[in-house]
Amino acid sequence: MTTFPLQISRPIHPTGIWNWITTIDHKKIGILYGVSAFILFIIGGIEAMLMRAQLASSNLKIIDPELYNQLFTMHGTTMIFLAIMPMGAAFFNYLIPLQIGARDVAFPRLNAFSYWTFLAGAIILNASWFLGGAPNAGWFGYAPITGKAYNVGHGIDFWIISLQVLGIASLAAAFNFIVTIINMRAPGMTFSRLPVFTWMSFITAILLVLAFPVITVALIELQFDRFYGTNFFITSAGGNPVLWQHLFWVFGHPEVYILILPAMGIVSEILPTFSKKPLFGYPVVILSGIIIGFMGWMVWSHHMFTVGLGPVANSVFALTTMAIAIPTGVKIFNWLGTMWRGSLTLNTPMLYAIGFILTFTIGGISGVMHSQAASDAQQQDTYFIVAHIHYVLFGGSLIAILGGIYYWFPKFTGRMYDEKLGKLGFYAFFISMNITFFPMHFTGLNGMPRRIYTYGSEYGWDFWNLISTIGVLLLAASMVIFIYNIVSSWIKGAKASGDPWDARTLEWSITSPPPEYNFAVIPTIEYRDDWWEKKMLKKAQEQPVSKDVHLPQPSYWPFIASVGLLIGGFGIILSIPVAIIGAAITMIGVYAWSFEPVNDPH
Amino acid sequence: MSEQNNHSTVENTTTGLNHRKLLMWAFLGSDCMFFASLIATYLVYRGKSVTGPEPIDLFSIPVTSVSTFVLLMSSMSMVLAYAALTKGNLKVFRVWMLSTAIMGMTFLGFQVFEFRDFTVNHVKIGCEENNAKYTELENKFSSQQKSDYKKQCSEGKKEADIEFGMTPRTNLFGTTFFVLTGFHGAHVTLGVIWLLSLFFYSFKRGAVSADRHLDVDLAALYWHFVDIVWIVIFTVVYLFGVYEGF
Repeated sequence: MTTFPLQISRPIHPTGIWNWITTIDHKKIGILYGVSAFILFIIGGIEAMLMRAQLASSNLKIIDPELYNQLFTMHGTTMIFLAIMPMGAAFFNYLIPLQIGARDVAFPRLNAFSYWTFLAGAIILNASWFLGGAPNAGWFGYAPITGKAYNVGHGIDFWIISLQVLGIASLAAAFNFIVTIINMRAPGMTFSRLPVFTWMSFITAILLVLAFPVITVALIELQFDRFYGTNFFITSAGGNPVLWQHLFWVFGHPEVYILILPAMGIVSEILPTFSKKPLFGYPVVILSGIIIGFMGWMVWSHHMFTVGLGPVANSVFALTTMAIAIPTGVKIFNWLGTMWRGSLTLNTPMLYAIGFILTFTIGGISGVMHSQAASDAQQQDTYFIVAHIHYVLFGGSLIAILGGIYYWFPKFTGRMYDEKLGKLGFYAFFISMNITFFPMHFTGLNGMPRRIYTYGSEYGWDFWNLISTIGVLLLAASMVIFIYNIVSSWIKGAKASGDPWDARTLEWSITSPPPEYNFAVIPTIEYRDDWWEKKMLKKAQEQPVSKDVHLPQPSYWPFIASVGLLIGGFGIILSIPVAIIGAAITMIGVYAWSFEPVNDPH
Repeated sequence: MSEQNNHSTVENTTTGLNHRKLLMWAFLGSDCMFFASLIATYLVYRGKSVTGPEPIDLFSIPVTSVSTFVLLMSSMSMVLAYAALTKGNLKVFRVWMLSTAIMGMTFLGFQVFEFRDFTVNHVKIGCEENNAKYTELENKFSSQQKSDYKKQCSEGKKEADIEFGMTPRTNLFGTTFFVLTGFHGAHVTLGVIWLLSLFFYSFKRGAVSADRHLDVDLAALYWHFVDIVWIVIFTVVYLFGVYEGF
């Protein structure tokens, strides 16, 4: 079949590192995503700790203003694009095929390509530290401070190119999951029986597909301004910096829901399992997710209340922003309803899920406060906003992801984590998180501006800033407990059974860790929470062990295509010939891949 | 990127739809937002250029109508190519496939011509006092162009020849026009490469056949999408740019 002249013998049973480089198994790719994202999360955390050290007291000179600007830019960009999003992708990869009763995703090689391209983007962004300085204009990169006139050097260029590469990775993954969820469901797995996590991932993927092209265009415009001298954001030629803000936030606000919806899905899986009750109001939770996904497109200008868009625009966006709190609130009541009169098991994942409800509600309430355009004028660009974003992202997305890691840890690794350490880690995490971020509400309302490298002692912000900095140190200690627990349990934890939690969804019906082919026999679904119902009706059957399930074979080409993007990315910034080499490698990779059959006959 | 290399298009999927076709629709949805953002940028900046030229100074609606017509006809021949393939008539398929690609290339040729024409555009303005054309263009001219006019006229010429071209750097119109139509052109180029690949691939025995019509179906979907985007661009950029009242 293969006509492509480049013949490299296919990796049939690769070992060692090649096993990971060529893998197209969604479970291995999920683990690669998770581990890489966690390492990048630690890097982003170190950047935050450096900033907190500088802010510990007034007029400190630990970090100079230029480095401080780079730190907050890299912290924001890293945490959003390189930590939380790919951690979400790790769960999508590992769990969606298992939850819908499939053997893999619809496009396994495209999936590998997504991961390696994500890694390429992460490398490009972080390489900027060593190649003339990191980007320094904030994660939102407002024009015109990102323009060539105000920002010489390559930092912004690295930021643009890495986000474009990450965009390719996210889009490829989102296409893949949309097709997988629509088209790979086991017989009987209708949309009204789909696990909530998969539902929320589905909405997330649709948001990604529609939101990412907008930032792609904004970045293209900025890139053309910087590289080729066009006028998109050049004010002297009539360019309007507010256009950047619109394009950025038309992407940026759906992005917020891209970050939180998977977390809501995770919590909606943990709570029913440990409450021994089905999710309260399943259709309403799903519908709320859909409404959030839809309304997420109507609220972007609440990031721009102080731009001066006029009273009508501000009023409309204030109203839509208040309205979007309704489906979110509905979800919170559904989670409470799930726990109500349940027989609760307060183990580590459950504690994280309950912690999520608490802190996310606090973040949600401060969010509704910002929706009042008039009072937002007082809060804009202060630490009050910093407090809000950390309560919803750190105390929302991340806390749910950590809970999800504990919840599915037995499934991922086949081993149990240490429950005592897990609980200790949770309490340390939860308390220190609030010590860190809650004082920012006070300093913020007191007028302390964000993104300023220091402050005078006469403002009286010293005390609460010191508390925040102490909180970060405690937070780091709690993360050490978490990492120790995960790593040591992964190596020598007790063996886990297939269904250690007496859980509800399909992934628990198979062994831990799942066999490469997931399901020897594709299950037929008869109920929502099918595995649970069948256990109750004594109809649950063990999956047989199979030796002859045909799976797609590993491939070199997705990896090669991504390496081409990595080289090309550096090339566009630093040297055009290198860019051409990179593009050629990507072309060869994609072309050879499209002529490579899924399975070689043998 | 063919993930399914089985010869049959009847697949065991939940909905009965092919994976690759669903992927294509998702991609097109995404691409819609891509062009929507570029067109929105164009519209936001319409009439906001500080200096000329403006659409009315450059566009030739008859010329672009011809290339638009060619691109629309290529969609029809794409349909005919696909129909011939599903009937198993490979020879007719090749004829229509090649003509689709040629029409695509014709469109690109027009675009290259047009881009070049815009960059080297000149205007000739008489040197007499209160020349109507000069009065009309004066507020679109940069100070450089104004002093060029004065210099040439002071040299005793009857008619000044002023460079009035447009590159992506000239003004906001140039920036938004070239980037929007350039990205559309890049889409057409990719489509032509795809169509030609299928055309040449069809000479290999069994590589393109009626029971593998999905490969062509996907290229056709993409091709029609690129056409539809051009209809929007032609209307919004060209027609609205030249005819008052839109």
